[in-house]
Amino acid sequence: MEILMAFVIGILFMCATYLILSKSLLRIIIGTGLLSHGAHLLLLTMGGLKKGAAPLLGEEAPSYTDPLPQALILTAIVISFGVTAFFLVLAYRAYKELGTDNMEKLRGTEGND
Amino acid sequence: MINFLLLPILIPLITGVLLMFINKHVMLQRWVASISAFVTVIIAAMLAHKVHTEGIQTLNLSNWDAPFGITLVSDMLSALLVLTTSIISFACIIFSFRGIGQEREKFNYYASMSFLIVGVNGAFTTGDIFNLFVFFEVMLMSSYVLIVLGGTKIQLRESIKYLLVNVISSALFVIAVGYLYSVTGTLNMAHLSERIASISADGQLGIITVIGVLFMIVFGLKGAVFPLFFWLPGSYYAPPAPVMAIFGALLTKVGVYSITRTYSLLFYHEGGTIQALLGVMAVLSIIFGVIGAIAYWDIKKIIIYNIITAVGVILAGVASMNEDALAGSVFYIIHDMIVKAALFLLVGIMIAITGTSNLKQISGLIKNYPGLAWTFFIASLALAGIPPLSGFVGKLLLIKGVFDAEHYWTGAIILMSSLFVLFSVMKIFINGFWGKPLTYKGEEKAPVRQLMAAPVILVILAVVYGVGADFVFPYISQAANILVNPDLYIDAVLKE
Repeated sequence: MEILMAFVIGILFMCATYLILSKSLLRIIIGTGLLSHGAHLLLLTMGGLKKGAAPLLGEEAPSYTDPLPQALILTAIVISFGVTAFFLVLAYRAYKELGTDNMEKLRGTEGND
Repeated sequence: MINFLLLPILIPLITGVLLMFINKHVMLQRWVASISAFVTVIIAAMLAHKVHTEGIQTLNLSNWDAPFGITLVSDMLSALLVLTTSIISFACIIFSFRGIGQEREKFNYYASMSFLIVGVNGAFTTGDIFNLFVFFEVMLMSSYVLIVLGGTKIQLRESIKYLLVNVISSALFVIAVGYLYSVTGTLNMAHLSERIASISADGQLGIITVIGVLFMIVFGLKGAVFPLFFWLPGSYYAPPAPVMAIFGALLTKVGVYSITRTYSLLFYHEGGTIQALLGVMAVLSIIFGVIGAIAYWDIKKIIIYNIITAVGVILAGVASMNEDALAGSVFYIIHDMIVKAALFLLVGIMIAITGTSNLKQISGLIKNYPGLAWTFFIASLALAGIPPLSGFVGKLLLIKGVFDAEHYWTGAIILMSSLFVLFSVMKIFINGFWGKPLTYKGEEKAPVRQLMAAPVILVILAVVYGVGADFVFPYISQAANILVNPDLYIDAVLKE
C-alpha cells in the first residue's frame, strides 16, 4: 500500500513541478495546491498505513492508527489553506493593477543599470 | 516563574490581537506597539540573564513530559537571538512612526509587525521540529502581509514571487518532517537527536544524510544560501524601509539559526558529507554576495547583497564545527542583525531625502546631513569589521576557528570578502555623501531628525557591542558550548 501511495505522491509532485514552471499565474497556484496535497499525503503515508481503528477511544479496538500524523496534516492543511487564499487574492489584485497574469511580463528592472 | 521563557512570544501575540481592535487610532497604536516592544526587550534581557545564571530553561507546555508534548527550550543562543530580535523590532517600530505613512499604519501594519515578532521569537525558542514549522509559517504569513501592504505595483509583482518561493519551501519542510518522522518516530528535537544517534550507530547513515540535505535545502531557501538566494534581491527591494530592515535583519537569520541548530543537534553524527556541503555553499554565498554588492549602483541592492555575504560568513563558521568558529558565528550573527537593520534604516532615510535609490543621482549629502553621514560611516566600518567595532571580534574568532579546522581557503575567502564588503559600502559613502551637494525633491519634507533616532540607537549598540566584547563574551561562549556539546541540550530537555 505504501508503494502505491509513493507512486501517487510522486505523480502529484511531478504535476505540481510542471505547473509551477509554467507562465500563467493561475496554473502556478494550481501547482501549489497539488504540491500541498502531495506533501499531506506523504505525511500520512510516512506515519504508516497499518490497519487499525480510527483514533477514537470509544472504538475500544485492540490497535489504533497513529494519531500524530493526522494532527500534523490537519495543521498543515489549515496553514496551506490560509496561504492559498492569500495567494489567490494577491493574484487577483495583481491582475487588476498590473493587467497581466503572465509571469514573463512580471519582470523587474529597477536598480539593474 | 516557570513560564518566563514564554513571555517573549506571548507579549507580542497579545499586543497583535489588541492592535487589530484599534486599527483606526494611529496614535494609540503607536503607543501600544512601542511600549509592548520595549517591555519585550526588558523581558528578553532578563531571560538572557536567567539562562546565564541558571542554565538552559525548558518548559513543557501543559505539563506533558518531554518527548510527548511541545517543549520550549531557551538556551543561550536562543535567548541572545530573542533579545536581539526584540531590540531590532523596537527600533523598527520607532522608525515606522515617521517612516511608513498613515495610510499603511491604518491597515494593521503594527499588528502584522507584532505577529512577525511572535513567529521569529517562537522559532528561536521552540524545541519541537513541527512547532518550528508552525512558527515559520506565522512569521512568513506576517511577512507576506508586510511585503504587500500598500499595494504599489512593484510590491504586488515581487510579493507574488516571494510567496511562491516560500510556499514551495514550506511544502518541502513538511515533506522533510514527514521523512524524519517515519525514520525516527518522534518530533521533539532532543529526542530526535538521541534516535538519530542510535540509527547512525546501527550504520544506516544514508537516509539520515539524505534527510539532512533536504533540511539544508529547506532552511537554505529561507536563509538565502547559494544557490537558493535567487528570490531575495528582488523581494527585499520592494517593501518600504522599516519593513526591509526587519526582513533583512531577522528573516534570513531564522533560517541560519535553524541550520545551526539542526546541524549541531541532529545531524552531527555523520560529519563529513553534510559539513563539507555546508562549507561549499557558505563559500559560494560569500563569493556571489560580494559580486552582487560590487556590481550594483543602487544603494538598496548593495545592502541586500551584503545579507547574502553575511549568511555565508556565519555558515562558514558553522561548517567548521569547533568551539571558536561557533562562538565567532554566534557573535557575528548578533552583530550582523543589528548592523544590517541600522544600514537599511539609514538607506531608507537617504531615499526619503533624495527620492531615488540610484547612487549616480546622489551626491554631497554630508554638507546638509552630517549626522546621517557619520552614522552611516560608523555602521559601514562596523559591517566590514574594523577593530574597535562590532564586526571585528566575531570575524576574528570565526577565522581562528576556520583555520583551526584547516579550511584555509574558506578563511582566506572570508578575509578577502571583508575588503569587498568595505568597498561596496564605502562606494555608497564616497559617491553619496562626498562631492557636490545637489537639491532633492524630498529635502523639505523628510523628517530626518525624528527618523535618525532608531538607527542611532542601533549604531551605538553596535559600537558598545564591539567595545564591550569582554562583557558579552561569557554569554557567547556559553551559547557555543551548548552547540558543541549537544548532550547538555538533550539532558536539559529529557531530564535524565
